[in-house]
Amino acid sequence: MDFLDSNLGIFLIILGQCLLVTVLLLVSLAFLLWMDRKVWGAVQLRRSVNVVGPFGLLQSFADFVKFALKEIIIPSGADKPVFFLAPLISFVLATIAWAAIPFYADEESAWVIANLNVGILYIFSVSSLEVYGVIMGGWASNSKYPFLGGLRSAAQMISYEVSIGFIIVGVLISTGSLNLIEIVNAQRGEWGFLSWYWLPHLPMVVLFFVSALAETNRPPFDLPEAESELVAGYQVEYSSTPYLLFMIGEYMAIVLMCALTTILFFGGWLSPVPGIPDGLFWFVAKVVFFFFIFAMVKAIVPRYRYDQLMRLGWKVFLPMSLGWVVIVAAFAQLGVPGYARW
Amino acid sequence: MTVADYAFYLFAIVLTAAGLMTIFARNPVHSVLWLICAFLSASGLFVLLGAEFLAMLMLIVYVGAVAVLFLFVVMMLDVDFSELKAGMAQHLPVGLLIGLVILMQLTIVAGDWIWADAAPMLRAAVAPPPAEVENTAALGQLIYTRYVLLFQLAGLVLLVAMIGAIVLTLRHRANVKRQDVLAQLYRDPARAVELKDVQPGQGI
Repeated sequence: MDFLDSNLGIFLIILGQCLLVTVLLLVSLAFLLWMDRKVWGAVQLRRSVNVVGPFGLLQSFADFVKFALKEIIIPSGADKPVFFLAPLISFVLATIAWAAIPFYADEESAWVIANLNVGILYIFSVSSLEVYGVIMGGWASNSKYPFLGGLRSAAQMISYEVSIGFIIVGVLISTGSLNLIEIVNAQRGEWGFLSWYWLPHLPMVVLFFVSALAETNRPPFDLPEAESELVAGYQVEYSSTPYLLFMIGEYMAIVLMCALTTILFFGGWLSPVPGIPDGLFWFVAKVVFFFFIFAMVKAIVPRYRYDQLMRLGWKVFLPMSLGWVVIVAAFAQLGVPGYARW
Repeated sequence: MTVADYAFYLFAIVLTAAGLMTIFARNPVHSVLWLICAFLSASGLFVLLGAEFLAMLMLIVYVGAVAVLFLFVVMMLDVDFSELKAGMAQHLPVGLLIGLVILMQLTIVAGDWIWADAAPMLRAAVAPPPAEVENTAALGQLIYTRYVLLFQLAGLVLLVAMIGAIVLTLRHRANVKRQDVLAQLYRDPARAVELKDVQPGQGI
């Protein structure tokens, strides 16, 4: 025990936990990517990936090898340090947000690297920093399309962060805590899935989901990389591993948003029916379900125009979520059942 | 030394170095990036102090919003940096004077809290028991009860600044076509398209 209490011991334990979560995340991401492509394939009535491994399951690993072995091309006018910093930033930020996500918790133990008092604020702040990867990549490429893509994404991500923030405030008023484990535990009740926050906060679930799509630059809001007009936006000049880092970072942020939806509105690891034990299984199942919906949205919804996107963010979502904060505060104060659980 | 000590020195050194690089970087965009690095280290220091709420606010407000706009503007502007640097020798005395004043203020604060005879008593009087009260809750209770007027006034000042900026830049132009989304949505499809029988060789 002495070694585990020493500086090096503490450091090694934390490092081990981080590595475990990162490796598990990356491996599950490989299969989520596969699932993503299979869903689009099914919607578009084609076979999709089916060559590498059984049912094409190993396609993501083959892609990884291909990306890692390709030559890295640097534009001659690029700002080299910033050019390489940008994909690293978007990858690292998307990964470190997972440090505060609780996968499972009961009375004795909590499966989370850092059980922060301000967990939700930490995740919100890290996801608000993700814009830097895009904007730095767009600027450092020293080329017009990437720059336009970077500027677009900066405006887009900031706009939707505002409404995400207000939606989170509504949940916080109901819970009375910023701790993610307490947010999930506040949703425990006799009614199973009817006790979760999605019911009292129903309109905000939809708003949160749409804002999450915009925040992660996911279709129908993938304007930073709109291939029909900007070729690939901020990613135009990136190839090989730097591009791979951008892509993994983007997908990691998407899965993070799925996990956040699960925790904030759908009871995290709580089981939907009373009597069935809670567990990690429920958390994973819910996250995969929301990832499926993300994939379906990409497959069936056409892209928004940029002014429509901005109008939706500032003139529709912002007033609605702001009004909802006032309504939830009033409900919690008046003691409407389900709104004040502290 | 504990892990926290190592972390403190790491953040402190990075903060100082990033602050210096903000001034000495040749490219204005690099300057802003170094400034962001300094903000990040500062919020790390806040975490070490046990002020996790302030640390997160620092990240969200300064790094997540203010610095993004900063970067946005600096990237869009075509700044000639050699021209900006030309007046450096001229502004140096004023800058040094301001730096000196800030240093003196910091020393006064530090003197009150560290070196003065009554300092240990003062520090003991205000520090809340950290295990009992989260600093988010503690801040909330102070801001929304005792300092509620100041808090609201600060918000009002920001609102006035925002309205002022809008008023200064607002221009009413009469001959600009604007999109009316509601009118578009409620347009009757039956009347939107009109069928005309056009004779050959004639226009409408």
